[in-house]
Amino acid sequence: MTMAANLARRLIGNRSTQILGAVNSSSGAATSVARAFCSSTTPITATLFPGDGIGPEIAESVKKVFTTAGVPIEWEEHYVGTEIDPRTQSFLTWESLESVRRNKVGLKGPMATPIGKGHRSLNLTLRKELNLYANVRPCYSLPGYKTRYDDVDLITIRENTEGEYSGLEHQVVRGVVESLKIITRQASLRVAEYAFLYAKTHGRERVSAIHKANIMQKTDGLFLKCCREVAEKYPEITYEEVVIDNCCMMLVKNPALFDVLVMPNLYGDIISDLCAGLVGGLGLTPSCNIGEDGVALAEAVHGSAPDIAGKNLANPTALLLSGVMMLRHLKFNEQAEQIHSAIINTIAEGKYRTADLGGSSTTTEFTKAICDHL
Amino acid sequence: MARRSVSIFNRLLANPPSPFTSLSRSITYMPRPGDGAPRTVTLIPGDGIGPLVTGAVEQVMEAMHAPVHFERYEVLGNMRKVPEEVIESVKRNKVCLKGGLATPVGGGVSSLNMQLRKELDIFASLVNCINVPGLVTRHENVDIVVIRENTEGEYSGLEHEVVPGVVESLKVITKFCSERIARYAFEYAYLNNRKKVTAVHKANIMKLADGLFLESCRDVAKHYSGITYNEIIVDNCCMQLVAKPEQFDVMVTPNLYGNLIANTAAGIAGGTGVMPGGNVGAEHAIFEQGASAGNVGNDKMVEQKKANPVALLLSSAMMLRHLRFPTFADRLETAVKQVIKEGKYRTKDLGGDCTTQEVVDAVIAALE
Repeated sequence: MTMAANLARRLIGNRSTQILGAVNSSSGAATSVARAFCSSTTPITATLFPGDGIGPEIAESVKKVFTTAGVPIEWEEHYVGTEIDPRTQSFLTWESLESVRRNKVGLKGPMATPIGKGHRSLNLTLRKELNLYANVRPCYSLPGYKTRYDDVDLITIRENTEGEYSGLEHQVVRGVVESLKIITRQASLRVAEYAFLYAKTHGRERVSAIHKANIMQKTDGLFLKCCREVAEKYPEITYEEVVIDNCCMMLVKNPALFDVLVMPNLYGDIISDLCAGLVGGLGLTPSCNIGEDGVALAEAVHGSAPDIAGKNLANPTALLLSGVMMLRHLKFNEQAEQIHSAIINTIAEGKYRTADLGGSSTTTEFTKAICDHL
Repeated sequence: MARRSVSIFNRLLANPPSPFTSLSRSITYMPRPGDGAPRTVTLIPGDGIGPLVTGAVEQVMEAMHAPVHFERYEVLGNMRKVPEEVIESVKRNKVCLKGGLATPVGGGVSSLNMQLRKELDIFASLVNCINVPGLVTRHENVDIVVIRENTEGEYSGLEHEVVPGVVESLKVITKFCSERIARYAFEYAYLNNRKKVTAVHKANIMKLADGLFLESCRDVAKHYSGITYNEIIVDNCCMQLVAKPEQFDVMVTPNLYGNLIANTAAGIAGGTGVMPGGNVGAEHAIFEQGASAGNVGNDKMVEQKKANPVALLLSSAMMLRHLRFPTFADRLETAVKQVIKEGKYRTKDLGGDCTTQEVVDAVIAALE
């Protein structure tokens, strides 16, 4: 008993390396032992940022579904402040950031960036402080919610720290502006490693690197070189390189051609939003940001919709699916699968759908339907 | 002659002409004396499927007896730079028709397409993404014209390695180029009776660079009160394109976003094998397949000779209008659209299995 408890305690401590490192068969058995003990003794603390607008309602929804599914997570809620915290130069307090760093896992709702100067945007703060380097967005057609595309099943992995969004611009002379796009070996290797690791742990067969190296030969060329290096370490995964204009065209003509896409910052931004559009928009798209030291911050990428805030009309699907991603990251695969199937079945059935999916249910009715499906 | 009569006869039996579907004869085109003199056009077949599709255009032009004479020059994608004589020829003829030029990935060779554009200062690239009747796609009511700045922006080619492992690329935006592309876009909208111009940008992140682009667009928009102007961020734009493409009319974009948007819009409207386009500057114009994806094709397509010539044929119709031969352009366009509508002769990207030659023959047969 004591030995198993020790094992459990050590494994909780080593959770961060376990998540990022390759799945080790010797610790696999120990993990299931630890999990059995985890669910009954030590719940995992996760930070929750409900956010603004419809944030609090959908966060409630997530908490309810997770409790019903018996997920051993204790939520530490943090809200965006109304004053600028001088330690972080933004509306997010130092305590919130420390909380994510400590728990290593978090779920974030939509945050409205207050208009004004003298502070960093909230997303930028999170990204820089937590060193979130990869943005992972799975896009799959939801059975039962018909869009023009039925067979989408791909994942976009986007480098999140450098590239065209470095923010380094200056005016050379009046009327001439230069903007720097920076690609480093370190960041490209990091995101490529994560992409291949993700593909392997999720049973994906193909990774495609998207680039424009025929024109931007050195920058995208470096990115491709790093991807190729990592690809050699994973011979079982097919690796290909696709020029971005070809990729755009193929995505809208036949999205089934793609599996995992790994891209630098700007292309990633555009392609991941394009793919979200293919499956039904940002209201249904989960997303997860991966940081150094095994930090994972799942977030709903849609806006805070202030016009329907507080009216019990919001669609919690995006936040719920992001929560599922978080669970998979924590290796709670059973519960993740349960909740995921419940969501899919509820939407597929069509009886309980929120207004944006063409139905007339409220948030609470929809949540209850999902809990019933569990 | 007999073959043509038989095909015309067959067509008359199949589609009896009604007053609404026959080719509308233009009664308002009055040429100046001497306009009918043949014009010389530089022809660059290019790489891959390039020679195949430019050959198709040559055949159709001949069948129509169009007053166009082609001056052919071999340029291959792996050349160091575009040969002087080719540039001279385009400067002399003012108009060029070309197939795709492959740019080797990471080959250290700068893109020949970019070189041509910079030397001849061809600053506007235009792609018309429109649903062709008879071609079923997932989206309907698509009629978008993407006008893309062609000389600067992210494609300046100014890159250097700061230290090993860190590479920088410069994106340059100037007021001069942004203004002229905005002016061209609004002028195009005005001359073609288009109602809306949308500027595509990412100025929330690249505040100075795309901010300058937007400023120029706003300045020009003030002079065109009859045309609605709005702005959209590029990632939202892609999402909207996939969901509701009918909301877009004319789009004006800097270089990179234009590339992506043009290919996305072409894809939703039927594929890049069908969309016409061209590049134009103050003095010269180059016509080629509209959107850049797939303009060189792959080896299999070259071997089996199954490239789609429709895009280049429609672009050559645009070229004929540019050369002030509108009736030839109308005839060519009508014939091509009819072939697509009938659906019997389509290449692989449109769901059929024909060779290029079969499509060309069908187009020639459909010419009136």
